[in-house]
Amino acid sequence: MKAHDVAELALRNLRESVLRNSLTTVGISVGVASLVAMLALGIGLQQLANRRLQKSGLFDTIRVTSRRDPRNLSREEGENGPDAALSPSLDESARQRIAQLPNVGEAYPEIRFVTELRFQDKPHLSVVSALPSSASTTDAFEGIEGRFFSSDSAPEAILERSFAQRLSGGESNARALVGKPLTMRYAERTAIPSPAPAASSPNQADMAYSVAARYENLTIVGICDLDPDSMRGQARARVFLPQKLAESLHVMDPSNLRDTTNVLGGTPTYAALEVRVGSAKHIPSVESAIKQMGFDTFSLLDATKNLRQFFAVLDLFLGIFGSLALTVASIGIINTLVMAILERRREIGIMKAIGATDRDVRGLFFAEAGAMGGFGGGLGVALGWVLGRIINGGTNLYLKRQHIPPAQIWFVPWWLVTSAIVFAIIVSLISGLYPARRAARLDPVEALRYE
Amino acid sequence: MTNARGKGNGSAAVRTESLCRHFRMGESLIPAVDRVSLEIGAGEFVALLGASGSGKSTLLNLIAGLDRPTSGSVVVQGKDLARLGREDLAKYRLRTVGMVFQSFYLIPSMTLLENVELPLRFAEVDRGKRKYLCQQALDRVRLGARSNHRPSELSGGEQQRAALARALMNQPQLLLADEPTGNLDSHTGAEIMNLLLECNQSLGMTLIMVTHERALAERYAQRLIFLADGRLVDEAEAAQTSTSLAPGEAP
Repeated sequence: MKAHDVAELALRNLRESVLRNSLTTVGISVGVASLVAMLALGIGLQQLANRRLQKSGLFDTIRVTSRRDPRNLSREEGENGPDAALSPSLDESARQRIAQLPNVGEAYPEIRFVTELRFQDKPHLSVVSALPSSASTTDAFEGIEGRFFSSDSAPEAILERSFAQRLSGGESNARALVGKPLTMRYAERTAIPSPAPAASSPNQADMAYSVAARYENLTIVGICDLDPDSMRGQARARVFLPQKLAESLHVMDPSNLRDTTNVLGGTPTYAALEVRVGSAKHIPSVESAIKQMGFDTFSLLDATKNLRQFFAVLDLFLGIFGSLALTVASIGIINTLVMAILERRREIGIMKAIGATDRDVRGLFFAEAGAMGGFGGGLGVALGWVLGRIINGGTNLYLKRQHIPPAQIWFVPWWLVTSAIVFAIIVSLISGLYPARRAARLDPVEALRYE
Repeated sequence: MTNARGKGNGSAAVRTESLCRHFRMGESLIPAVDRVSLEIGAGEFVALLGASGSGKSTLLNLIAGLDRPTSGSVVVQGKDLARLGREDLAKYRLRTVGMVFQSFYLIPSMTLLENVELPLRFAEVDRGKRKYLCQQALDRVRLGARSNHRPSELSGGEQQRAALARALMNQPQLLLADEPTGNLDSHTGAEIMNLLLECNQSLGMTLIMVTHERALAERYAQRLIFLADGRLVDEAEAAQTSTSLAPGEAP
């Protein structure tokens, strides 16, 4: 029998016992729905975690330091590279070379210093840190009150909430700080020519620097929720300045030994660079490229590896849990088809008497099982989608009540839709194996005698 | 008339040699067909007569390829059915044999057209051609106007005519009828018998009919073969086992 004839007869037979076959199909769809809902939840949670990590900037950032940095001398990895004295210095040209590496989004110097801030004539000591404009997309500034910096060199400041509360004298007044002026007192390093010039061209050794107290008038533009005790580099600061503005100030950080002892040359040198990579997967290649340039690197890549492993196990367990319902549904298919054989025993006998082969009969039962699987799969995906929407909606309602921003914890990708339907068909066909074989082996004389 | 050797148009369409079909019933072995050797010529119309349980339907099932012999052989058009595999036996039933049953055996959930179309589906005939052939076959048995009716909506005679149309779909050389008029009144039965006779005479099909009505067999068949307890017997022996088989009772 031709395939389309098999399909036509199978659908016809399914229509004949519409109630029983519909119930079996619903059984399959419930199984598929539970599988889809479970996996969609796993995928959604993984994506949520990935999005959060991506936005945190922790996992796509490499911290680059010079091997000349006295703090790096005791590190083991430093021993493998060139001698610290011979390693290149982390200056502006090195920054530009790193910024031009493939998959590198940006490379900016890490600027962090302790200084005095005056607000309404009252001094406050705090750690100040510079932020590039790309930081505005990280989740740290999701709940910002006010706004992010208007430009990379604007004389503006963003305050961490607890510091803002300290300045304003209370939680309720913190919001009122936005738009108010803040004065930063800092120590500026300026290069000056050496009093004993050498005969040849000037070099670093011939230079000296002066340190002078300076004031920078800033406007408070935003208050953010960054936790100063989190593992994030910039977050340890309580006051943030735009990156270009901070670079232009040439602030001397007395806590930075290298900075203090470094004699200014023509190009600026940096204690550390933050390198942001397009995606976490490019971290190893970029890290090795930077290491080849003679610098030390540090990233949190291992943490993402563990996270992927965790989600793989979670998906597996959710999948197994979801498949249980499908297993029950497959027993339903076997039951329905075995019942159909009993009911249609005579019909099978007639078909065999007028020339149907074992293959024709087997094909017919297989097609019926496959069709139930296909319909059940399609319906199940739709049901799973609705179920997921309900779970997502319910969760967000709960989050809203807890004053937590809503999140998409559930996601159905196309591959899940198609593979769930294919899986349902395969499970149904496997369930149809025994009934189809039994129907095909029926003895026509026996079957015809059956009343 | 009881000769087991065929006449027909010369060559043997069906030949059985020491054909046995035994059924096991608990400890005992029932010989439903016992050492039957017969020959039916091509184009012959033969009636198999016997009382209930004489083995005539079992013999017909063996010739139809629905059942397999315990021993001996059934050779139809040169093919020994005992040696055919399941697939080949199914193809034999599809292409070589057409069968009509006492209970019609139409599939109740299908319309007449769908029932008649079934052998063509198994034979993988193109859909377009199928519709035409089915309509033609139903017209031949005067059921063209009822092609979309289900069997339950038809009389017994109409159902049997539809079953005959189905049996003829793949133009078989051998037509087997198992008590074709058993469930019909005499008028309708005669109508069916005339159709069967037409198949035998105008289409040249070899026709083997199982019946226990001697009068019917005498009126239509060219040759009568008697069976009793699974064995071929002569007329007198058969008459002893069943009154309906006694000669001279024909209406």
